[in-house]
Amino acid sequence: MSSEAKSKSGSKPRIAVFKFASCDGCQLSLLDAEDELLSVAEQVEIAYFPEASRTMLKGPYDIGFVEGSITTHSDAQRIQEVRRQCKTLITLGACATAGGIQALRNWKDVDEFIRVVYATPQFITTLKLSTPIAEHVPVDFELRGCPINKLQLVELIAATLAGRKPNIPAHSVCIECKRKGNICIAVTRDTPCMGPVTQAGCGALCPSYDRGCYGCFGPMETANPSSLANHFRYIGQPSAQAVRAFRGFNAWAWQFRQASEECERQ
Amino acid sequence: MTGRTIQVDQLARVEGEGSLYIKMAGDRVADVKLKIYEPPRFFEAFLRGRHYSEVPDLTARICGICPIAYQMSAVHALERGMNVHPEPAIRQLRRLFYCGEWIESHTLHIYMLHAPDFVECADVIALARDHRDLVERALHLKKIGNHIVTVLGGREIHPISAAVGGFYKIPTKAQLSELVPDLEWALQASLETLHWTRTLEFPNFEQDYEFVALRHPEEYPLNEGRLISNRGLDIDAAEYEDHFTELHVKHSNALHSVVRGRGSYLVGPLARFNLNFDRLPAIAQDAALAVHLKPPVRNPFRSIGVRAVELVFACNEALRIIREYEPPAVPKCEVSSRAGVGHAITEAPRGILYHRYAFSEQGLILTAKIVPPTSQNLKRMEDDLREYAAQLVAWPQEEATWKCEQAVRNYDPCISCATHFLTLHIERAFE
Repeated sequence: MSSEAKSKSGSKPRIAVFKFASCDGCQLSLLDAEDELLSVAEQVEIAYFPEASRTMLKGPYDIGFVEGSITTHSDAQRIQEVRRQCKTLITLGACATAGGIQALRNWKDVDEFIRVVYATPQFITTLKLSTPIAEHVPVDFELRGCPINKLQLVELIAATLAGRKPNIPAHSVCIECKRKGNICIAVTRDTPCMGPVTQAGCGALCPSYDRGCYGCFGPMETANPSSLANHFRYIGQPSAQAVRAFRGFNAWAWQFRQASEECERQ
Repeated sequence: MTGRTIQVDQLARVEGEGSLYIKMAGDRVADVKLKIYEPPRFFEAFLRGRHYSEVPDLTARICGICPIAYQMSAVHALERGMNVHPEPAIRQLRRLFYCGEWIESHTLHIYMLHAPDFVECADVIALARDHRDLVERALHLKKIGNHIVTVLGGREIHPISAAVGGFYKIPTKAQLSELVPDLEWALQASLETLHWTRTLEFPNFEQDYEFVALRHPEEYPLNEGRLISNRGLDIDAAEYEDHFTELHVKHSNALHSVVRGRGSYLVGPLARFNLNFDRLPAIAQDAALAVHLKPPVRNPFRSIGVRAVELVFACNEALRIIREYEPPAVPKCEVSSRAGVGHAITEAPRGILYHRYAFSEQGLILTAKIVPPTSQNLKRMEDDLREYAAQLVAWPQEEATWKCEQAVRNYDPCISCATHFLTLHIERAFE
């Protein structure tokens, strides 16, 4: 954490929640923390959280949570102001951290797309790319997931309030899966699984439900996606399918981006 | 003649980004605009070329509040197009899955988004200061809805088990039976919720709506049925586009849907309740009548009570399904890929959600069309505001503004859902 969150005056830390292009699911995780919501709310001042409250107080804020990716000119400007207003800035989820599913546009010519397509293109303003927050402003912590894990969110809030490093593991889904005692579906059934290159956090959900991981927590720190792409080929996956596997909810994260483009060239 | 303007730059306690603008000229409403500035995300465009098996996971991301609605409309549309018929036990599990989302979503709206308006609080945290027991009940109820979703789908937001043909994995009888004590509590809590709505004050405001909802021969509608209205509509999902059309208005990043030849219409709890009261279980019917909710309910402010009736239904239905549950022989039936087109409509918490997909022999999506409930209600919301604002001429600015916001929140608008829908234009260009 860049700064201890508690205000110098000794009053409660002021929290703000900002939304950019997203599905609202990550900020809903805060309201979904049913057991913790009221006690968290007692320790902070919720100064700006339009989805939950009519009260919208001006900054500066001690902690700003950002959901969503940057897809419009006005949002690209707004995030600069949000950064100026927040001592600590935390991004929530795959949109804010990697551009989200809407980053699939990044491989298309959006300008032409709109020109060809819209009856009234002047009504539409959109950027060519959907980009993560960190491409625009410095970010103090990125919480992964599509959606985020609400328990990780609660841990992150507690750590930030206490001024300590949050306990959020950076290892792969495989480690979580082994700890759960799952039989590896990639090895025993040749199921295409993104677990080896995906950061933990979901609790190895998909393999526990008899399906391959689809990478919604994004690339782990030291991922080797080319090797996984080789494995996909080895088990007979067409390269188009491998491209789609890397082009999911974290398609624009550079490790997955490179891997999908490599697969596309083959 | 003096004029005044009611303006809310950012609507609070709705899902997504919208603003409200009402211009009055004397006692006449000159202009109403519900501006949707949530940026478009182009779902229909990038779905093209994806494999059908990915569609339930991809479309879930349109909305973090009602991902199951997107998964259910997607799997039903694709299954109809591929002539796949999952066994009855899968059908029941899907109803249970949807009940979980209804409980979660309706509780969120009743207590956390809508109730603060009636008791003049800014938010649920402020509500908890004076009514802690009420908020604790809400959080517990919401958690139980989420728990159903988690047992079936692994997590509450963007669950991972829904698939074309069934589920990736199905729960055991024992796993579902564990939910019974909680759901028995939830059923009582829902009845108390409904009873509590009787204490709220509702403005005197009734409109002559065209209500549109699914209608099933035996059940309160979730995943199946014909689409009907109180003005004679009675169609299959495949005929939807013959009867409804969309207008692109400048001030909105979401299209406005209308019934061809008639205009705005209303989808969601009020429509379902008014058209399907006789399909509610006796416990929900009796509880509704006890608080003087009897179809037709034409006051949109009373939707909070109708949502509570649907909470009673969803808890009761979840209990019924769990008690009668026999696991299906296989979690997911065989799907053989073939070229085709499939349509489906299901009842999302906020109203009907239409999906249409065309796909190739390889199972790749060629075109997609999605019409979420909020874009179907948008025009109706503006129509309500036009009528309602005229009643508020004499009101002080701050109170009038708050009341107009409340009139929008009657619809539980999900702006994130509505916005991606713009891409309809893209699809037409390729057709």
